[in-house]
Order: sequence, then structure tokens, then C-alpha cells
Amino acid sequence: MKKFFKNIWRWIDDRTGITELITPLLKHPAPPRALWSYVFGSATLFVFILQVITGIALSLLYQPSSSSAYQSLEFITNQAKFGNVLRGIHYYGASAMIILIGLHMMRTYITASYKFPREMNWISGVVLLIFTIFMGFTGQLLRWDSSGVWSSVVAAQQLGRVPFAGTWLAHLLLGGSTIGAQSLSRFYSYHVFIAPAGIFIFIGLHLYLVFRNGISEPPKAGRLVDPNTYRAWYKDYLKEKSVPFWPNAAWRDVIFSSVIIIVIILLATFLGAPALTGQPDPSVVHTSPTPDWYMVPFFALFALMPHKIESVAMMVGPLATIFLLFAIPFISNKGERSPLKRPWAMFGVLCVFVFIISLLVSGMKAPWSPDFKTKPLPLSAIKSPHPDSTIVAGVNLFYAKGCQYCHKINKYGGAAGPDLTIVGSRLSSSELTIRIVNGSNNMPAYGGILSKDELNKLVVFLASQK
Amino acid sequence: MNEVATENKNQKTEKEISRRKFMMKLSLSFAALSAAVAAIPVVSALLAPLLEQPPEKWRKVGMVGDFPLGTTKLVTFINADPKAYAGITAKSSAWLRHDDENNFIAFAVNCTHLGCPVRWEAKAELFMCPCHGGVYYKDGTVAAGPPPKPLTNYKVRIYKNEIQIQTKPLPITNITA
Repeated sequence: MKKFFKNIWRWIDDRTGITELITPLLKHPAPPRALWSYVFGSATLFVFILQVITGIALSLLYQPSSSSAYQSLEFITNQAKFGNVLRGIHYYGASAMIILIGLHMMRTYITASYKFPREMNWISGVVLLIFTIFMGFTGQLLRWDSSGVWSSVVAAQQLGRVPFAGTWLAHLLLGGSTIGAQSLSRFYSYHVFIAPAGIFIFIGLHLYLVFRNGISEPPKAGRLVDPNTYRAWYKDYLKEKSVPFWPNAAWRDVIFSSVIIIVIILLATFLGAPALTGQPDPSVVHTSPTPDWYMVPFFALFALMPHKIESVAMMVGPLATIFLLFAIPFISNKGERSPLKRPWAMFGVLCVFVFIISLLVSGMKAPWSPDFKTKPLPLSAIKSPHPDSTIVAGVNLFYAKGCQYCHKINKYGGAAGPDLTIVGSRLSSSELTIRIVNGSNNMPAYGGILSKDELNKLVVFLASQK
Repeated sequence: MNEVATENKNQKTEKEISRRKFMMKLSLSFAALSAAVAAIPVVSALLAPLLEQPPEKWRKVGMVGDFPLGTTKLVTFINADPKAYAGITAKSSAWLRHDDENNFIAFAVNCTHLGCPVRWEAKAELFMCPCHGGVYYKDGTVAAGPPPKPLTNYKVRIYKNEIQIQTKPLPITNITA
């Protein structure tokens, strides 16, 4: 029986040439002493495959229609067997892909593997990074809950900043001049057909280039890349020292990728998919759209950059970043590869890393947003031990007039404006009055909103906070 | 003798080359033609949103009596371009302010910064945006935060005591703002 199947396999293999095709790819010579830091690229690929498979599984349950997508999401989340886990895997898979592709890119930059002759490896990688971020974003829209709807509006607004064609691009993204029936059909097509097709093509190119140009050897300080001699040198180097890619180098990739996939599944099982944020009803305004975490750094940037330059920066920023990424292998494609000999490059990586993480952290807190959920300030939390009726009225006004959405007193309130717990010791009553009436750069002028009496009560209360 | 043969051969080769060139050009032209023709409906589907004139329609949002003087209320209506399969996404809303006796102002709910929905805080008399802290006064002008311009207005008209507002495309802020 065993022989029978073996014979069948032999026949198929002979007529199709599978082994002939695969073996050289698997066994191709790789530099020895492959490092654990070389595993991120293959892990990105394996997680992508996981995304394709779970994506197809989700498409069996999902309705790509503006009117019923949300109901199908509810069905997947609450009713379908393992539906929530499936959604979870796809979500944590997306998160993992973004982290892994980021780490892979950082590693490639740190070891300068983008230098000659691997410039196109880097460039195709940048294209894949852009596609991956685009997939992450459109995937979040497909959830088609209120955050999905409003995130698509936010994206349309960003496209609106493109000179001349802004409004057209925004309408192209939304599938019309408003959110509506055609919006989700578009996002579905972008996420399920157009972007994946691009990813398949560029993964093909990227992998082909890895075989053509070889896996970069771990860098060594003082061993310079010279485009005139590198290829010949690399050939000799492989002849002398190489090991077969599988299993000598690839065993780490397989183990690491498997661990990542297991972690993704565990997260999906125990934490589940992100909760839906309500019906996709564009007429409901009492909602706070929040993007998935990997979009939060962008979201934070829009709050933190100077408002005056923002419309321009929103357009120029991403374009400049993409241009710079494409330009890297042209700026330096030879010379030193060792991170130890490229201190400025390492400093740059560190800066970018710190920049993104800080944006992420501050975006998670979003101190610039009014805290609509703040509870009225209790009298026990104010400084005055025996408040008179004026102060009590001031406390109530502090909440009612929205001051507390942005200002904190004794842990009650938002963080957009300064903490006012001891404002009475910083500002006199007349200074308080001027500030409240005129507002400031980032505070509304309350002169036209408060009556004289209300203003007086507020000032008396705030002055007592010392 | 030999020379004549070579010449003949050369002529033949030239003929062959021009034949090849012709075949190449012919086949590639046919391929290009078929691709171009197929592309017309494909590109048209891609650009569909730009090929339609965005409609503007008057929608009833309530009666004058529903809106006491000085109040700002949320009104919901069906957007300008509802497709039969739009479901709940055909809905849209606006903030309607009864400003003085005969004057109503309608504001788009979209913050001019990045389009998030602003909410009216009645006691504070301010519109506030949950996304990046944009704040507007009751007349829609910017009070604080990143918005580059005031809230967008819809046209309002009163017909037999019935308030109607003219729907518009989603307001998109451009780079010049």
C-alpha cells in the first residue's frame, strides 16, 4: 500500500517537477550563523498566510454590504461557532503583521542589508509596508461599526488635503459624496481584492529577490560593501561557508513563526476580538471614534502638530516619509554595514522608534480630547472646607459649562487644559476673569457664554482653589 | 555568384525581420486594443463616484414649533444620494439652531479638522469634537483646537411652517483651509 502511494507521488512529481522546483529553493546556500534577528521577515510572511486563511474563513460569514455588514459582524461575534476567535485571530494577526514588518524593517536597516545589491529588496519591502498599513486600516473599516464609519470619514478628510484633487480622492475613497451604500462595497474591494493582489505580487518579487541576491551575511565591522566586487565576494563566501537554508537557517524561522501564531491564537481565544462600537449610523453623533492601536500614532500626530501647518503637513508628511523610505538605498548603497560603525543611522532608528512609541502612548491617553464622561465635582474634592453658596454654585457651573471636560480639579475632569486644583494660588481673581472671558489659543472665550453673575461665581470658586 | 547569393540572403533576412516586426506590432496592437476596450467599463466602475453629479435635495427636518428660540437640536434626515441598499447608512444629521425669530442655521455635524461628529453641549453653548479637541461657538466659528475653519452650513428654508434643509455632500476640508 505504501509503495502504491509512493508510486503515485513519484508519477506526479515526475510530471510536475515539484521536487525539482522546490529543492533548490529550500536548500539554497545561506550564510552561516544566521541570527535570531533574521526571523521577522519570514514571520511576517507566515502571519500573512494566516491572515489570508482566516480572511477567507471570515468571508464565508461576512456580508459586504453597508446595510447589513454590522448584523453579520454581530452574528460572527456572538453566534457563529468560534466566530469570535476567528475574528480575534484576524485582528491580532493584523496587529502582529504590523509589528513584525516594522521589526523586520528595523533589522534590515540596522544591519544595512538594503545596501548593494539588495536595493530592490528594500524597495519592494517598502511597498509591502504601505500595503500592510493600508490593509490594517481598511480591515478596521470592514468592521462597519460606528468607529468604522467615522474612521472612513477621517480618512476621506485626510485625502481631502491633497492639493487640487483632494475632494475627488475623498469621494473615490467613500464611493460617493457621502457615506452610504457604496462605501462598504469599496472598502471590501480594496481590502479583499485590490490590496491582497498587490501584496501577492510584491511578496513574489520580494522572495524572488531574496533568492536572487542571497540572504545578507551578518555584518562585520570593517567589511565594506563595494558594488564592484561584492557579488563575486558573496559567491566565494557562500562557496566556502554556506549552509543549506533548510533546515540550518530556517529552523529558527519556523519555530519563531509558529510561536507567534500560537500567541495570536491564544490572544484571540482569551481576549477575543475588539468589541463592536455600535450601529454604523452616520446620524448618531454621540460617539467617540477611535482607531485600532496601529493607527493611533497617526491620530495622535494630528492632535499634537501645530494647527497652522496641519493641513499641509497632513499631505506632505506621509509623502515625505514614503519618499525618504524609497530613497534610503540610493542615499547609501555601499560601505560599512555594521551598526557599530554607523552611529548616526542607529541614532536615527532610535529616534523613529521613540517617536512612534511616544505618539502611540499619548494617543492611547488622548489628553487633547474633552472628557465627556467626567462626573460632577463633589464638594468633598474642593479646597474650601466650608463652601458658601457662591462657591457651591461655582462648582456646579464648572461642570455644567464644560470647564471640567478639559480641566482637572483633584482628579475630576479632562486633561486638555491645565490642572486647576490650585489655580487660586497661581492666578488672582482678575487674572482668572480675563482668562475665562477671553479664552486663549486652545480655550474658548467664555465672555459671550457666561452671564456676569455666573462668571463671578466661577471666579470665586476657582480663586478659592489654593 | 557568391555575392548574388549573399545579397539574396540579406534580402530574405530583411524581409524576415520586417515580417517579425510587423507580427510584433500587429499582435501587440491587438492586445492593447482589447485591453483598452476592456478598461473602459472597469475604469468607469473605479471612477463611478466622480461621474455622478452629487445631488442636493431639500429634506424636511421638523416643524418650526419643535425648535424653541435659542435652542440647538440634532435633526436627522436621509442623505442626498440614498441607494436602495444603503440601509441605516443613508441617514445623516445636522445641528439646527433657531437663532432669532425667522432665522434658522443648520450646521454639518462634521468637525472641519478630520470629520468626526461634533456634539452640542447645551449649557456650555459649545460644539465639541471627541477626536482631537476641536471646539466651536454656537454660531459655528472655531473656539479652540485644531479645526482650520468654521462648521459647514446647510441651507435652510421654511415652507408652510415646515423646516427643510438642503443636503450636501460630506464637507471635505481642503489643503487651502
